[in-house]
Amino acid sequence: MKILVCISVVPDTTTKIGFTDNNTAFQTAGVQFILNPYDELALTRGLELAEANSGTVTVAHVGLADSEAVIRKALSMGADSALRINAQPTDAQQVAAELAHIAAEYDLVLTGRESIDYNGGMVCGLLGAALNRPSVNVVTRIDFENGSWSFDRDIDGGKESLHVQGPCVASAQKDLCEPRIPNMRGIMAARTKPLTVLDAQGATTGAHCEQFELPAPKQGVKLIDPSQAAQLIDLLKNEAKVI
Amino acid sequence: MSIVVFAEFADGAYKKSSLEALSAGRSIAEQNQETVIAVQMDGDAQADILAQHGAHKVVQASGNYGAFASDSWSQAFAHICQELGASLVLISNTYCGKSMAPRVAFQLKADMASNVVSMPNTDNGFSVKRGVFSGKAFAWVQLKSSVKVLALTPNSFEIKQWGGQAELQSITAQGESNIVVDSIQKVTGKIPLTEAEVVVSGGRGLKGPEHWGLIEDLAQNLGAATACSKPVSDMGWRPHSEHVGQTGITIKPNLYIAVGISGAIQHLAGVSSSKVIVAINKDPEAPFFKAADYGIVGDAFDVLPQLIAASK
Ligand SMILES: Cc1cc2nc3c(=O)[nH]c(=O)nc-3n(C[C@H](O)[C@H](O)[C@H](O)COP(=O)(O)OP(=O)(O)OC[C@H]3O[C@@H](n4cnc5c(N)ncnc54)[C@H](O)[C@@H]3O)c2cc1C
Ligand SMILES: Nc1ncnc2c1ncn2[C@@H]1O[C@H](COP(=O)(O)O)[C@@H](O)[C@H]1O
Repeated sequence: MKILVCISVVPDTTTKIGFTDNNTAFQTAGVQFILNPYDELALTRGLELAEANSGTVTVAHVGLADSEAVIRKALSMGADSALRINAQPTDAQQVAAELAHIAAEYDLVLTGRESIDYNGGMVCGLLGAALNRPSVNVVTRIDFENGSWSFDRDIDGGKESLHVQGPCVASAQKDLCEPRIPNMRGIMAARTKPLTVLDAQGATTGAHCEQFELPAPKQGVKLIDPSQAAQLIDLLKNEAKVI
Repeated sequence: MSIVVFAEFADGAYKKSSLEALSAGRSIAEQNQETVIAVQMDGDAQADILAQHGAHKVVQASGNYGAFASDSWSQAFAHICQELGASLVLISNTYCGKSMAPRVAFQLKADMASNVVSMPNTDNGFSVKRGVFSGKAFAWVQLKSSVKVLALTPNSFEIKQWGGQAELQSITAQGESNIVVDSIQKVTGKIPLTEAEVVVSGGRGLKGPEHWGLIEDLAQNLGAATACSKPVSDMGWRPHSEHVGQTGITIKPNLYIAVGISGAIQHLAGVSSSKVIVAINKDPEAPFFKAADYGIVGDAFDVLPQLIAASK
């Protein structure tokens, strides 16, 4: 069983988002970068499956050398090896095109539901299409039973259980598992695990970001006396007109 | 040139967000004299409803693609888009739409943007505004390919009544799936969180699951969906499907009422695009008040019964 987990490197969830260069670039000064929380779940479940089935887990990242600390974290969680495709990630389609070049040899390819910075939620489906394999997104359970992958996934207003025979791509949703925290042994072992840097294919398709924008600031809160709380309903009806 | 809109039909009705996509498609078409075609993959197409919401033409698809699966449906749908000469494909970001859209884009060799919240700007090429950083910001992105795919955020486009008639056509398309669906469990009668116009949400301040009747009663009176903060679902007080925020669901209702939620940055990330925000918290220093339009500094157990009574 060979499992590939695609990992993205994103600003920490507490980051106050700002932009520079006339709002064309993300303000990275002082920002701490982390392993995308959903990818952490994908990796953890991938490791559990590989351990139970004498498999291996490789992590793959499209990015520059400054991502290597996060890639090492993935190795310290237990991944056997890592691939870094050397290109600046610009959009989900470019990332997926690069990953598609290395993903075909794996039985299961995992991504996160979305990256918490780009929020494309696209790489799983794009990889599935590029590899001509089924893609199953937002999964909350992955098991390997009788030679097939079985999943639960979120759907509107409920849950779907399904299975796939043969290789496939899936994206991790919260609930899949508890993220694994690297232990000391894992951290030591990670230093010597193989991290291979590959040249990019130079894929350039997809959306090109022109400019960022912050949401308009709130005007300030209008406080209502807690003993007159019913007034709120009136304001929502007649002033804000939202109910 | 035509604009193809995926008309998602589920549980006997069109998804509200599909009708939003259709209306948006028609608004775009009006500027460039294009044709808007609604494509329905299962269920009997109701051309009158789709025409009212903007379709010039309705395509009822049929073929061997079966019940929904991301691979077979996107294959068949992309084929129909090609046959219709689509230059722009609009799919709403529902769970079904999200799983199809990237595969459709790949098949059509189209540039794609997801989380789209505004009409395209075509002054200088073709750009759309999309949500990034989990609702903390937006990005204008340019798409260049001749065919483009947009996945639209629910509750971002107004539903308009366009009137008129639509011709109904049927197209056969094939699609094969390696996915076997074993079961579907639906919670019936609940408003899907991502589509709800009003959401009432509770946090740790509600002290325990036994108090959720207060949230549910207010939600019921307002026709709202219910949501919660992350610790609430982590502790099992509420199902995970209700958890909103950076690592939960991102929502964009017209009204979000947060009760006993502190307003941590990760929570706000998922809800800050709501049009109107109400915070109810006993701590006047709770960060949520900075992100809110209306606030009540008070005890939830005292305030909620008043709101329930007033909204009956
Ligand atoms: C990586 C990461 C991702 C995260 N993602 C998310 C996410 O997606 N969504 C999310 O919600 N959180 C997320 N969190 C957690 C987040 O940081 C907060 O811990 C969480 O939102 C707090 O939930 P809460 O407001 O319900 O609880 P608390 O912070 O405990 O706040 C409870 C509030 O209730 C008020 N209160 C208490 N009693 C009453 C009463 N009787 N009446 C009225 N008010 C009362 C208190 O004043 C307080 O403000 C994430 C954290 C991390 C590190
Ligand atoms: N630069 C990257 N390198 C490797 N995998 C990535 C990269 N960016 C995104 N991914 C994967 O694709 C998933 C979805 O990303 P997105 O489509 O950007 O929301 C992430 O959770 C990762 O698993």
